[in-house]
Amino acid sequence: MEISSKPAIFAILSGLVVLIGTVVTMFVPLFMRSTQPVSRYVKPYTAVELEGRDIYIREGCNNCHTQTVRPLMTEVLRYGTYSKSEEFAYDRPFLWGSRRIGPDLNRVGGKYPDAWHYSHLQRARNVSGNSIMPPFGWLAANRLDTTNTFRKTVIQGFGYSRRQVTEQIAGDRARVTDPGYESKAMRDRVTPPECLTGLTEMDALVAYIQKLGRDVKSLEVAQ
Amino acid sequence: MDDSTYEYRIVRDFAYSALIWLVLGLTAGLWIAFEMFDPALNLTPWLSFGRLRVVHTSILTFGFALSAIFATAYYMLQRLTRASLPFPRLARGHLYLFNVTMLLAAATLMAGMNSSKEYAELEWPLDILVLIFWGMFSVNVFAILIRRHEKQMYISLWYLISTTVSIALLYVVNNLEIPVTPFKSYSVFAGAADANVQWWYGHNIIGFIFTMPILAMFYYFLPKSTGLPIYSHRLSIVSFWSLIFAYLWTGAHHLILTPLPEWIQTVALAFSIFLIAPSWGVVINGYYTLKGNGEQIRSNYLAKFFIFGVTFYALQTLQGPLQGLRTVNAFFHYSDWVIGHVHMGAMGWVTMIISGSFYYMIPKITGKELYSIRLANVHFWLILAGQLALTIVMWAGGILQGAMLKTTNPDGSLTYSFLDTLNALYPYYQLRFAAGAVYYTGILLFVWNIIRTVSRKPAATGA
Repeated sequence: MEISSKPAIFAILSGLVVLIGTVVTMFVPLFMRSTQPVSRYVKPYTAVELEGRDIYIREGCNNCHTQTVRPLMTEVLRYGTYSKSEEFAYDRPFLWGSRRIGPDLNRVGGKYPDAWHYSHLQRARNVSGNSIMPPFGWLAANRLDTTNTFRKTVIQGFGYSRRQVTEQIAGDRARVTDPGYESKAMRDRVTPPECLTGLTEMDALVAYIQKLGRDVKSLEVAQ
Repeated sequence: MDDSTYEYRIVRDFAYSALIWLVLGLTAGLWIAFEMFDPALNLTPWLSFGRLRVVHTSILTFGFALSAIFATAYYMLQRLTRASLPFPRLARGHLYLFNVTMLLAAATLMAGMNSSKEYAELEWPLDILVLIFWGMFSVNVFAILIRRHEKQMYISLWYLISTTVSIALLYVVNNLEIPVTPFKSYSVFAGAADANVQWWYGHNIIGFIFTMPILAMFYYFLPKSTGLPIYSHRLSIVSFWSLIFAYLWTGAHHLILTPLPEWIQTVALAFSIFLIAPSWGVVINGYYTLKGNGEQIRSNYLAKFFIFGVTFYALQTLQGPLQGLRTVNAFFHYSDWVIGHVHMGAMGWVTMIISGSFYYMIPKITGKELYSIRLANVHFWLILAGQLALTIVMWAGGILQGAMLKTTNPDGSLTYSFLDTLNALYPYYQLRFAAGAVYYTGILLFVWNIIRTVSRKPAATGA
């Protein structure tokens, strides 16, 4: 065959062959509304939730937890209503995952109180039988670094002003350090004394987990 | 052309680099396999499962498989074009940059700097290094093809050309990200669109690392090792073009029953089923090459690696499309079944072909006989047993978990909690660890055999 003696033409042709499926199934959908629908009821992450999400990514939580409930009877029974694409409009990157060594988390927000998560993150077996989740107690000893938080929200396109971001961070800090915070006892137990007055990485991660699926749940309540 | 004008040191050094990353990647694999039934090994954040699993997959996919691909590519390119490597110093730079990048990859992933997209976890500065060494490799690939002394390009070269072009495209698009700091970035795509780009990449990076270049080795080293020509040239041509055409349509079969638009999933499924044909075209070509010489599987230790290797490729390429089907996927997806599938491909097909290729190639480039054929045979049986045990245990675990998660009581409520399914899986995870240890032992013998071969004094009889 003639082409097998022409390397340049061969390279171009093989590149074109590879591009056909690429254009149809990957490139064109990038410009279709169906792959990135937006919906008024889905709200962007707050500054601290976004920082928590980055910790979720850093610790590779997506290696064991998915964030997409499939439209199957037993999944809806187990986790809640199935996932829709508009819920992920602010997910950059997406965190659907590919493997469930632990349960799906797309509807976990509000399922347990913060105290449960503090205890669970410190040592999963505190609250969850024979779990194999690694311990994450050390996250409570790390003060949350908010140096780049504003910049992150800008890149994510959340549209917050610098003041809003500062206020959100201060608000979350006030909430978890308030003497009346409903999960205060557990937070005090897992957090080293020197970190109690500020936001820790664990606080941010808990805030993120509690956000997952909340918008959809509040929509269901409203209906 | 005189054999001494070929540049073989780069081949040897990339082969060494492959073996080092293989052992490190499998060590990480054993470590996380243990963590799956006992969280005690999550000693520090750097060794916790979520970070180390990524080190395991990245080091084996990029460190091990790419090194082996570079080693064999630099060998095959020179032999098949009957030309010497145009830029040996560039290739040396490629070797150093590649290994520095891999070291940084392992370190940064353990430090938690990762972009979370599977098989593309490296943060953006390392992505740039990857593209630079890929460019350095590509220059030598195309330069040697232009300067070749052999007019016709053999089928292995087709697969290498296609790999060189496609990997660059895949890697660039899926790693488009906006930097926040040198250690952190965000994908430019969001939500369902990001998922679609990721699995277009994720599926095809496996295709163009674990399939196309391994097929290049298969088409070259099988005939070389057995002294038999490939059965059908026409079948090679048809399967090559249909394989690279159909592969790129199928990424979304990783996203079945997710919020991705349904038509993309369905198109991916249709092309996945089609993909069985060209894959099996290669398999049939391999089997028929040995037609009438089947006794080589017993008499020629090299033939075993290639024929068993391609058998696992056959099983893989049948299993893959079938587990994409919606009803099958509803049961198996997110379970250990898929982990079994991946490991049969990586530990059976990829590693067996690379092993056979190295056993043929290393004596050729060093002019020394293999240290021990007997050791090579033990290596073969250990990795075969380890791999089969591991994949079968994972499949069984996948069936068990899939069934338990779907079981309901007569009143329609769920019978088992998620934790119940995990508790049922622990014995399987312990068995998987044991199977992995058997495999690991086989690989250590392989490494030992290659090291002893290279360090041998040249045979008195002349090789």
